[in-house]
Amino acid sequence: MNVDRVQVESLVPLAIYFLLVLGVVGVMLAIPRFVAQRRRSQARDEPFESGILSVGDTHLHLGVHFWPIAIFFVIFDLEAIFIFAWAVAVREVGWPGYLEMLVFVSVLLAALVYLWKLGALDWRTRRQQLQDSLLSERG
Amino acid sequence: MSVGSPLNIGLILGAVIATAAVLIWVERRLLAVWQDRLGPNRLGPLGLLQVAADMIKILSKEDWVPPFADKGVFVFAPTVIMVTMLTAFAVVPIAPDVGIIDFNFGLLYFLALSSLSVYSAVLAGYASNNKYSLYGALRASAQTLSYEVFMGLSVMGVVMLAGTFDLRVIVEAQQNLWYIVPQCLGFAVFFIAALAESHRTPFDLPEAEHELVAGFHTEYSGIKFGMFFVGEYIGITLSSAMMVTLFFGGWHGPLLPPVVWFVLKTAVFIMLFILIRGSLPRPRYDQLMAFGWKVMLPLALVNLMLTGALVLMVGSDA
Repeated sequence: MNVDRVQVESLVPLAIYFLLVLGVVGVMLAIPRFVAQRRRSQARDEPFESGILSVGDTHLHLGVHFWPIAIFFVIFDLEAIFIFAWAVAVREVGWPGYLEMLVFVSVLLAALVYLWKLGALDWRTRRQQLQDSLLSERG
Repeated sequence: MSVGSPLNIGLILGAVIATAAVLIWVERRLLAVWQDRLGPNRLGPLGLLQVAADMIKILSKEDWVPPFADKGVFVFAPTVIMVTMLTAFAVVPIAPDVGIIDFNFGLLYFLALSSLSVYSAVLAGYASNNKYSLYGALRASAQTLSYEVFMGLSVMGVVMLAGTFDLRVIVEAQQNLWYIVPQCLGFAVFFIAALAESHRTPFDLPEAEHELVAGFHTEYSGIKFGMFFVGEYIGITLSSAMMVTLFFGGWHGPLLPPVVWFVLKTAVFIMLFILIRGSLPRPRYDQLMAFGWKVMLPLALVNLMLTGALVLMVGSDA
């Protein structure tokens, strides 16, 4: 297999298409400026939070349980990139490559099982965990 | 007519946008049928002119940016989903001579753009300065990050069988056998991941209306809300087109012209998306996350190793 390189000229259709897409989106955003109605009403400038007056702003402290997701993503998606590279070359590298990949994926799965046992993949709230454990005790 | 000709570019762009517009009507009608109602049936034949009416209405609504929002980002966010989803269509091989561009890394391009679209939800939620929006955005990013990981892995089985990332070559390789047969596990994983990426029921927790109002687009109205809406439909069309390309033989089929086959197959998957919305309930947030990490990710990895062994055992002509 020869080493494929993308010629700049062959990207011209994509560039034209991309510009057209930008144009369409631009026109969509522009039309209401000319035809849209304008209204005034009392609570218009308040954030809509189910009819309750908004308190404070959104620069609040967030639960830390969103943070591990980002870390797991970085770990596992990086591993996925290595697998991508193997997937296109699977025939060229043959069985030796397969065995190496088997070890790699096993390590990946072991890491997943470790996270699982650690409880890192449990996004239930404390109350939900309590409820579930009570339910399983009762059988 | 050849791939990348101006006529091709114009027609594909027009067709995709028209499909997204008509889908608004299709979805409402189909949901109505499945829920034993009539749905929009007043304007024009079968209510088809509802599409035009909706468009006029949404364009004439005030183009409003809330004073408490981060203005630039607020306007930018809905354009992200439109641009990424539309641009991703460039690599879809519709028929032997129909398409915009053929990359030898087309599949990676699709994966990259479909993951970029999450910025739309994240930026919208962040810029809205509304607590519901922020939580919607956080959920959207957590969900997309989790399902992103095995979405790529699930299509690697196809890449192994075809030996390339080039979508056109992948379709041509399915001349005799559609990849759904050796890759049924991969297809199941990809389908669920695509459903999650499009933020639709049962994966619509970022905009779950009974807990988060409308999630990340709570503060949006008028055409900027419409762009999230249309962007979602373009996303569905794109996912369906990719399923057809990767697993269901693309344009291959007897008797009818290739383009017709491609459109028919894509339509089936779009309707499947709508049927799923009409029939499945929404899971709890932690169930959704646990399902992704504990079930789908191991499944995708197992499918990968099985496919690898299969490819090597059958030999290079598989």
